[in-house]
Amino acid sequence: MKIDPIHQFNIEPLFTIGHIGNQTIAFTNSSLYMFIAVALTAVLMLGGGRQLVPGRFQSVAEISYEFVASTIRSTAGSEGMKFFPLIFTLFMFICVSNLVGIIPYTFTISSHIIVTAALAFLVFFTVLFYGLYKNGLKFFKIFVPSGVPIYILPLVMFIEILSFFLRPVSHSVRLFANMLAGHIALKVFAGFVAMLGVSLGAVGWIGGILPLALTVALTALELLVAFLQAYVFAILTCIYLNDAIHPGH
Amino acid sequence: MAEKSQGAPAKGQKTGAHTEADGGHHGGGFPPFESSTFASQLVSLVIAFVALYLIVSRIALPRVGGVIDARQNAIEGDLAAAQKLKDESAAALKAYEADLASARSRAQAIGAETREKLNAASEAERKTLEDQLSAKLAQAEKTIAATRETAMSNVRGIAADAAGAIVQRLTGVLPDGGALNSAVDASLKG
Repeated sequence: MKIDPIHQFNIEPLFTIGHIGNQTIAFTNSSLYMFIAVALTAVLMLGGGRQLVPGRFQSVAEISYEFVASTIRSTAGSEGMKFFPLIFTLFMFICVSNLVGIIPYTFTISSHIIVTAALAFLVFFTVLFYGLYKNGLKFFKIFVPSGVPIYILPLVMFIEILSFFLRPVSHSVRLFANMLAGHIALKVFAGFVAMLGVSLGAVGWIGGILPLALTVALTALELLVAFLQAYVFAILTCIYLNDAIHPGH
Repeated sequence: MAEKSQGAPAKGQKTGAHTEADGGHHGGGFPPFESSTFASQLVSLVIAFVALYLIVSRIALPRVGGVIDARQNAIEGDLAAAQKLKDESAAALKAYEADLASARSRAQAIGAETREKLNAASEAERKTLEDQLSAKLAQAEKTIAATRETAMSNVRGIAADAAGAIVQRLTGVLPDGGALNSAVDASLKG
């Protein structure tokens, strides 16, 4: 009985697409699950019909739409609706891929730092460029909070600037670490069940009940985390975009 | 490829402290930090994300948003139509009530007029009847008085005759007519 909680994160190339420089570009299991997430999102959003009185399927699409739209409106105002497609794409991509990742034997895209970092930098540069484009130099007001006494202003500005540039780090690591840790914990507890059953026989079967119950509970928790981390990623994106739209705090 | 070479020894190992050892053992080989896979993942991510962005922004959101807007409009339109119908029915009810009230007052007026007319007619009839009756009564009274008069004069004659006869029977003398008459008159008055 082999238990390797890290094995589930392995990137397995399925076939090679081409080369960039000396890097081999392969279609991997990660790529496969990215496209599965894209396909599931597309089916979810487009397969539900367009009835006046929605069915269940259509309701899910509409609830997702309204959920993201109201999140943007409440955090970034109605001007934030400019970024609705971006935030909706981020939310659905992360949420769907996280939820798919809970199914045993699947791969979780967001358990790889490169993926979450790429998404976080996408948000970071969107904020930076849109903020400079829309507000010009006034954008830098976000580093100067109003109502701070002049003698501690340099310190506050230093902290604000530092936190601004650390945003993509915290933004990406939060999602990555949550998914990674959750999946390792699930794998370890599920592994205990099999280990006890195999090595201790009948006693092990009884002893395995506890880790099995824990695995079930953890799966429920991971379902919550999968949704919650997608929501957190989306709402942080909204909050960062709000800085770009209204830099004066 | 690096993972595959790691996967092989991992299979040979036994469970036990494997999980602990694995984390330490892998070190740089921890899959999320395996930089040789980054390029492949980034390329796939860019393609997948752009594809999803295009699907979402071009098709899915306009479609779902359109359905939601259409529903909102339909609900608002239906509510407005319902309000309009309600107003119309309220107006119709008001008009009906006004009509009813005027009809009722007209009916009352007609009723009062008719009653008045009937009262006047019956009063007049009653009056003529009373007149007729009182005329008849007066005539009857006159007749009664005349009859009584005659009867009384007859009574006087009979009384005088009877008194003459009684006096004659008692005294044997026929009394004088004048004295008799005055005596009868006196007794009739008394």
